[in-house]
Amino acid sequence: MSAVTVFGLYAAAAVGLGLYGLITTPQPLRKIIAFNLLGSGVFLLFGIVGRRGAAAGFGNDPVPQALVITGVVVAFSATALAIALLLRLFQIAGSTTLNSRAAASPRSDPSGN
Amino acid sequence: MSIATVFEIALAVVVLGLAIWTIAVPDTYSATVGFIAYGLLVALIWVRLDAVDVALTEAAIGGGLGGVVLLGAAARLRGTEAMTMERPSLIVRLSAAALSASIAAALAVAILLPPNPAPTLAPDVVSNAGATGMANPVTNVLMAFRAMDTMLEKVVLLLAIVGVWSLASDQAWGGRPGPRHQADPNGVLAFLARLLPPAGIVVGIYILWTGADHPGGAFQGGAVLASMWLLVIMAGLVDTPPVRSRWLRLVLVAGPGLFLVVGLGGLCFGSAFLAYPAAFAKPLILSIEAAMLLTIATTLGLLLAGAPERSAER
Repeated sequence: MSAVTVFGLYAAAAVGLGLYGLITTPQPLRKIIAFNLLGSGVFLLFGIVGRRGAAAGFGNDPVPQALVITGVVVAFSATALAIALLLRLFQIAGSTTLNSRAAASPRSDPSGN
Repeated sequence: MSIATVFEIALAVVVLGLAIWTIAVPDTYSATVGFIAYGLLVALIWVRLDAVDVALTEAAIGGGLGGVVLLGAAARLRGTEAMTMERPSLIVRLSAAALSASIAAALAVAILLPPNPAPTLAPDVVSNAGATGMANPVTNVLMAFRAMDTMLEKVVLLLAIVGVWSLASDQAWGGRPGPRHQADPNGVLAFLARLLPPAGIVVGIYILWTGADHPGGAFQGGAVLASMWLLVIMAGLVDTPPVRSRWLRLVLVAGPGLFLVVGLGGLCFGSAFLAYPAAFAKPLILSIEAAMLLTIATTLGLLLAGAPERSAER
């Protein structure tokens, strides 16, 4: 078994695990973590494609590598935005549940907003 | 089976274990800590895949800064965990498991039965490498061959920071992000915040500079600079800047702005948008990267600091 196969199978498992966590965990923060796990599996699949495309003296095709670097930064900024939204929801509603029945009685915002 | 293969299998098993732990552990704080360890070990996988540039990015941004933002949120939301413990019904969980398993299986089949010969763009990168005067193929792709992606990604960073700032309440509009950090002025944190930044700033700039020919670049260097800034903020030595400040906004648009100006220059004087004149390709790329380094470091730091919470006077 080569590195490509071992890490490729792991990347497939990470995508599956991340998707399962995204659907089933109730806490929004856990959903964000699960989504990042899914993303890391997708990035690794890119890395596997690049590793198989190793040619012309490079150990890994530079084009997928550059795409993954861009993707990691975009995923980080999306995560930071999602967490800012979540903290704001907590500040206004006093809880972070996504269940509309449980969130039916919002608390007034202590900051008067 | 060689030693390297044994190491690879062990690494994959440990990372898989951490991934399962991150999803399955009941406590959110433990899941966050597990995810940080996961991010650092995934960087090792990238090294094994011979993608050192990605490994640097993953360790600095995925594991380091992403870990800080998740830990901060987990600490602030710790009290709400008991309120959101409702589990989805068994049918939902079973169908989610079936869906996830079938997607993972489809991907595994694609890994085990890959197309032959493998598609690659590496020969094209080599044949055009002389056009920029830089030896690092990933920097060539990022800054020249796929420069449009990189420029739009800067715009995404800018939009993310606008989105985070727009979550401020009315009183804090234009104010300072995050709480004012207090730390023991004689403690370890304040000591490290005085000791590490001089070295860290040099390392960050070095990573940018060496990125022309070796693994490194503006993203990795910017992440190091951002972590140095955050260290000083967390030790309470400086406060976060008020987001209405003009110099801050100028720094935030410097990277994408210069990129856009150079791109339009290519449209006016060259053959196409973002076409660098061959004689000035390296100086142009280096100046864009220098502006990007500042923008990336500031944006990453401000994304971690979060929405404005205090008015600028306090």
